[in-house]
Amino acid sequence: MKHLLDTASLSREDAIGILDIAEEMALVSQREIKKLPVLRGRTVVNLFFEDSTRTRLSFEAAAKRLSADVLNFSAKGSSVSKGESLQDTIQTISAMGADAIVVRHSGAGTAHRLAHTGWIDVPVVNAGDGTHEHPTQALLDAFTLRRALAGVPASGPVSGGPRGAGLDGAKVAIVGDVLHSRVARSNVHLLDRLGADVHLIAPPTLLPWGVENWPVTVHYDFDAALAAADFAAVMMLRVQHERMHESFFPNAREYARLWGLSPARLETLPESTFVMHPGPMNRGFEISAAAADSPRALVLDQVENGVSVRMAVLYRLLTGQEETND
Amino acid sequence: MTQRTVLDAADVSRAVTRIAHEIIESNKGSEDIVLLGIPRRGVPLAHRLAEAIAAIEGSPASAGELAGSLDITMYRDDLRGGSYRAPEPTSIPAAGIDAKTVVLVDDVLFSGRTIRAALDALADLGRPSKVRLAVLVDRGHRDLPIRADHVGKNLPTSSSERVNVSLSEIDGTDAVTISGGRE
Amino acid sequence: MTDYLIRGANVLGRGTADIAICDGRIVDPELLDATSAEVIDAAGLVALPGLVDMHTHLREPGKEDAETVLTGSRSAAAGGFTCVHAMANTAPVADTAGVVEQVHRLGRSAGFTEVVPVGAVTIGLEGRQLAELGAMARSAARVRMFSDDGICVSDPLLMRRALEYVKTFDGIIAQHAQEPRLTEGAQMNEGEVSAELGLPGWPAVAEESIIARDVLLAEHVGSRLHVCHVSTAGSVDLIRWAKARGVAVTAEVTPHHLMLTDELVRTFDPVYKVNPPLRTDSDVHALREALADGTIDVVGTDHAPHTAEHKCSEWSAAAMGMVGMESALSIVVEAMADHDFDFGDVARVMSAAPARITGASGHGSLEIGASANIVLVDPNRPHRIEPADHATKGRNNPFAGIEVSAAVTDTFFYGHRVLAAGALTTPHPAGATWTDQ
Repeated sequence: MKHLLDTASLSREDAIGILDIAEEMALVSQREIKKLPVLRGRTVVNLFFEDSTRTRLSFEAAAKRLSADVLNFSAKGSSVSKGESLQDTIQTISAMGADAIVVRHSGAGTAHRLAHTGWIDVPVVNAGDGTHEHPTQALLDAFTLRRALAGVPASGPVSGGPRGAGLDGAKVAIVGDVLHSRVARSNVHLLDRLGADVHLIAPPTLLPWGVENWPVTVHYDFDAALAAADFAAVMMLRVQHERMHESFFPNAREYARLWGLSPARLETLPESTFVMHPGPMNRGFEISAAAADSPRALVLDQVENGVSVRMAVLYRLLTGQEETND
Repeated sequence: MTQRTVLDAADVSRAVTRIAHEIIESNKGSEDIVLLGIPRRGVPLAHRLAEAIAAIEGSPASAGELAGSLDITMYRDDLRGGSYRAPEPTSIPAAGIDAKTVVLVDDVLFSGRTIRAALDALADLGRPSKVRLAVLVDRGHRDLPIRADHVGKNLPTSSSERVNVSLSEIDGTDAVTISGGRE
Repeated sequence: MTDYLIRGANVLGRGTADIAICDGRIVDPELLDATSAEVIDAAGLVALPGLVDMHTHLREPGKEDAETVLTGSRSAAAGGFTCVHAMANTAPVADTAGVVEQVHRLGRSAGFTEVVPVGAVTIGLEGRQLAELGAMARSAARVRMFSDDGICVSDPLLMRRALEYVKTFDGIIAQHAQEPRLTEGAQMNEGEVSAELGLPGWPAVAEESIIARDVLLAEHVGSRLHVCHVSTAGSVDLIRWAKARGVAVTAEVTPHHLMLTDELVRTFDPVYKVNPPLRTDSDVHALREALADGTIDVVGTDHAPHTAEHKCSEWSAAAMGMVGMESALSIVVEAMADHDFDFGDVARVMSAAPARITGASGHGSLEIGASANIVLVDPNRPHRIEPADHATKGRNNPFAGIEVSAAVTDTFFYGHRVLAAGALTTPHPAGATWTDQ
């Protein structure tokens, strides 16, 4: 593995490998010294062309726990806004000595482009590219769900964590704006690769063209879908405010009524169904406070696991070692 | 390529028993001892030593509390080169390592770099009162000023030879062989 | 001017003959003074009438860093084109007699191909008010084809008026069929690939709905409509239906839509970003079928050079467009290899039909007495397309590295050999007076 650009091309073996390393990384968080010397003297650049304090902080914490130096580059106030090209930006940063680049960009394929144009020769991690993919989010979702389904605490140090396992047979519902969601795309690929049975629940306007050819079951009716199957987890997607005025659905009230995880719908879920959300949540819209704050909600576990999973990804991409006789 | 056996199963067993006695003797008993095996083959050796020590001390049930594993992958000094290898689990006995006598256990002592990494890893986990080193085979050729306190067998080798340790828990059989080298 | 005797060429791929050129015209070889003529051994080569491109972007005035009329003209000559139509989306827009005359004059002084300006349909391509179509038609540039290419004339009433108005001078409206609301922010074909890549889609229906409307408008007002760069199977069906009804519609396809699909977007390389976007395999097959059966009349290159700055970027920021005049003939031959499509058909779709539609009278024929606009093609010269060797300034050629069998070797432009054995020579010596207008 040289880069992590998407989950579409991530093998099951590599995905489980990352989740297993993340289990080791989670153990570090219980120690007094929450730091490993793995990336000492190396520099990870967070190149964020799009605001995302949460994701940037998560990557920053991950890199720092591995002892890397971190440079944060935010496009706001930078020369990018003055017309500097992506190539110039990336080569400038590379000249400052980057050993890995974590990139977030509003355009699909930007991480892929950085990795394959020959402008730079360091590992690239996609931290979200337009409405394409957000692979570390899918990995942390899978990590959280794998823990939850194994009956161990969904976050924090667990010495007997579920290493080596996939999500085989787990029914997972992804609900909401799939069309504009990089999280949904990354999750569909990864969940499918890990053996889960993926269901998409959304109004037809918020599903991509040709979704019937995806390895998923599509439902338009949330209640009918919940009645038909016992889901291991229901992943609610964030609906961006700007969608409200683009006629994807009549209005917020109707969306919340038909596709929101309301208290009433929460009641119909089996005891065993977990509730997930990649955050930030629109409480009272796609997810009710009752659902977000219920004991079955894994939302904060997802955030906590983000650091361990991103540590695992950086470790996986930035190290390699020879077997020795010692 | 020739391969010759330098320790057979009985030799390995005798070596483990002898080291167990040595550890008890130098520690004046088994109190406060934690045996941490370095993956992969140090881990079953640590558990065998724990069982031997518990048996000698007459408390076979306590063997599981004596032994654990200490992965040093994240502390290696050669992480950049070569092909990637996944880290192995670290598991520390419930009592922890603070103020204990930690015996690091590995199969072969060669350059000393693994033990250097293990000392760093230990320092991030706690503060043992003493750290000792037990190895099944010391083959010489040290790069660092490190020596073992307990050695199953000192084995003079040329640096081009390869020492192969097999343990039944991993390889199905107990043996130490030497292969390669210039004839 | 040098006279030429082209000896032993396979004319239109349908029989060997000699072609004589005297004083810029094709003459009876018997009547040529063989002692003063330069003899060209064309054994093994195919002779076609000089190619006519209904759709190029020469970028001058305004974007001379991407292309100029001179570099574009040289690119045309190297690709075998003796006449090219220069689209109006320059800066300033070619929406007045002044601008079209400037482009026309630049073409004449370049002297490598006949540059015919296309006038804008609406002022500033803004789709609000008709440009001075009559003034452009009556200018020295004699504009007959009008297009807002790059932007659709989406207002149905304005489109109707434009179609009606150009009947005054037997003009034609070339429509860039793209329903704007259905393609807001579009980055690629809407289909399975866009769904997976998360790139906003450009659905086929956005092209087809405009074509359906426009053929009915053209029928209603009895005017001529040309559909630029048809890209979908559904568009082909609509055009076939309209032609069967007797609508005066003609249609064009680009070499890239005959050859490439949206699977290439998976590379996120902006060289594959173009408008209309690359479609699917079934669209490509429908387009080839339509070109073979005459539903689509012409191949137009939509040659759209861009500077490296506009292509060496992330996909979303990159400009749309591909160059293609120098690879067009080779690609058409490759694309149509599995169809009943010979060099006579190549001449039909790349020369005779576009010359007829645009009224480019000096082009499209190898008859005795015609202007000597001729191209020689070696049908068996396997080579890789190397954009770095091309005369255009644009390096955004999506066919880079593709192996093709046919190569343009010689171009005669009003009797002057502007391309000789694959190498560009000199402009036409008669300066601005080479045509018989």
